[in-house]
Amino acid sequence: MTDAAPLPSARAGILGRIQSRLDARTDRTAREASAKERLADRRANLVPARGQLAPADQVNLFVRMAEEADATVTRVAAATDVPAAVSDWLRQNNRPMNVRRAPDPTLDAYPWAAEALLTVEAGKAESTDETSVTAAHCGVAETGTLMLTSAEDRPTTLNFLPESHIVVLRADQVVGSYEDGWTLLRQTQTVDSGWIMPRTVNFITGPSRSADIEQTLQLGAHGPRQLHIIVVGEAADDDNAEDGENSDNPV
Amino acid sequence: MTSAAQMTPRGFKKQASAALEDVSLQRALGNVRDGFIAKRSKAVAKLPEFDDLRDQAREIKDHVIENLDVYLERFEQNVVMQGGTVHWAADTKAAQEAVLTICRLVGARTVTKGKSMIGEEIHVNPFLEENGIEPVETDLGEYIIQLREEPPSHIIAPAIHVNKEQVADAFLEHHTDLPRDRNLTDNAALLAEARAKLRDRFLEADVGITGANFLIAETGSTVIVTNEGNGDLTQTLPRIHIVLASIEKVVPTLEDASTLFRVLARSATGQEMSVYTTVSTGPRRPGDLDGPEQFHVVLVDNGRSKLIGSDWQDILRCIRCGACLNHCPVYSAVGGHAYGSTYPGPMGKVLTPVIMGIKEAGQLPNASSFCGRCEEVCPMHIPLPKMMRHWREEEFNRGLSPRLGRWALGFWSRAAGMPWLYRLGARMSIAWMSRKARKLGRPFGAGQLPLAGGWTGHRDFPAPQGITFQSAWRKAKREPSRRPLGPGR
Repeated sequence: MTDAAPLPSARAGILGRIQSRLDARTDRTAREASAKERLADRRANLVPARGQLAPADQVNLFVRMAEEADATVTRVAAATDVPAAVSDWLRQNNRPMNVRRAPDPTLDAYPWAAEALLTVEAGKAESTDETSVTAAHCGVAETGTLMLTSAEDRPTTLNFLPESHIVVLRADQVVGSYEDGWTLLRQTQTVDSGWIMPRTVNFITGPSRSADIEQTLQLGAHGPRQLHIIVVGEAADDDNAEDGENSDNPV
Repeated sequence: MTSAAQMTPRGFKKQASAALEDVSLQRALGNVRDGFIAKRSKAVAKLPEFDDLRDQAREIKDHVIENLDVYLERFEQNVVMQGGTVHWAADTKAAQEAVLTICRLVGARTVTKGKSMIGEEIHVNPFLEENGIEPVETDLGEYIIQLREEPPSHIIAPAIHVNKEQVADAFLEHHTDLPRDRNLTDNAALLAEARAKLRDRFLEADVGITGANFLIAETGSTVIVTNEGNGDLTQTLPRIHIVLASIEKVVPTLEDASTLFRVLARSATGQEMSVYTTVSTGPRRPGDLDGPEQFHVVLVDNGRSKLIGSDWQDILRCIRCGACLNHCPVYSAVGGHAYGSTYPGPMGKVLTPVIMGIKEAGQLPNASSFCGRCEEVCPMHIPLPKMMRHWREEEFNRGLSPRLGRWALGFWSRAAGMPWLYRLGARMSIAWMSRKARKLGRPFGAGQLPLAGGWTGHRDFPAPQGITFQSAWRKAKREPSRRPLGPGR
């Protein structure tokens, strides 16, 4: 019971009704044990075979699926190439040469100053921002989905408010499934008492869209009209692959 | 004609007849038939494990319902631990009051809204308006129908009944600050105008209200699944985020939710994954640059807890994908408004009597041909036709069905209990019908068959062959070579 519940009688009423109906079939201790087990277990259910590939193939699948969802993707060899890739993309798409980037240490490290014509500001999104640049938690190959997490240095508004959104993803951050994404999160976001769920986890698959008018798909509803993904480097070596042959073939 | 906002389940027959005559509605409904069905089947074909995932999805929700008290308590505990608040609401009134209380505490004047069916169910918009707070729908479809002062006609495509010329008319009428001669003929222009109009509303709102596709017990998180990004702007920009959710939305873990993501988008819009699936956990944290300062979850029962252990328990598995609406011959003929209820289509025929009572909603479970397509495509394997039958039984047992129908059923069951009488009656009527049909030289049309006006008013009734099925069967057994039942097996 929590003291904060403002409608304690409603709470008791609803839970009481549920309990009395369930008690007719099982007893409460059995239910508690069953729920506790499932919550502790965090067992993955069936994971489709599609994403269960060697790392390099996962990256290729991620790229293909993201493009199918109308995102655009470029691949660069090293993190130091990111600012130039951002400038190139803005120019090619006739976008203003200024970006708002997350104040994320990953992004801090890039040589932004080398792009003389590019204005870069760090912070949360303002309503006038044209393009944002953020770093991903991971990419899910299965559906070409980005997984972004919020933090002090990763404001959520950057993912939604600007017209265009550029996401930086290291190739070795590509995983097969959503479940792998959660596992990664549980391993990395830990404190002494366990792992911390970020305030916001955004799975993003392509740019914003709507088919609400006559079921005709239109890109750019309320979120970004364009989603561009910069994939950095190569996939991690596959432990199972011999001679690393899977990682020799970038798209 | 009754406006869509005034339609009720009691008026279903009249409303359905009017819908069939409505040329513009019929044109719009073509988009359901042509769009959703093909998209879903393509997406399903691309994922070999789809059927196995459906089985697991069903197991997840069954497990939750069998342990619902424990999971709701765990969910609440984790919301509170993350700094959020849970409000329990037994019915519409309580849910409305909970929302209003939160809005009043922060002196809210405008509220932005993400698309929420539970919000429709508890009529939160008119209630806020009555109390001087302006609700602004931000999903494009919801925005269009809010301007048109209509309820949604589909659970995932609220403006599916509207043609683009009607959208242009609504924008011309309401966006009066823009030049009247602007181009509103193409979809892109309409979308761009709505986007621009809603930008400011997002930024000025005091409170953002969203629904929830799932609640996660393990983390106390709420999940919304959208394509436009409006739900995210709704919940990230204002100071307060209110989540409206019904109690059956809870799932145990992030892994369980992931399984449901896979069946939801494919069943709903035929996408591999919706554009935005957002998992929210509590309010803004120390050091965060954005996000709401307060995070409230209003848990709504509204009759659902009573379904546990009843004939309708399985409807609690529903994840509101809309596949049953899209594949329903009745829905695609009359659209969503004719049902006169928040939830139309097959899932609505089962859920509406729970919310409004069978006395009010009795016509809905009767408006089915029992073709079974809804159950076939349901990602959660919900036995919708069976549950409609249970409602029909309930209606009959409580003496609520129309007198003529009850009388006819009673007569039929007495006759069926006396085979000789039944056979005699059948033989006589078939003989009479065949004679009459021969004279007509065509199947029975309007007014040509007594007691069958409801049928012949809309389509021909075929002429019988001359003998009853039972006599034909007996004859075929005697003379196997003749096979009067057709061209053979």
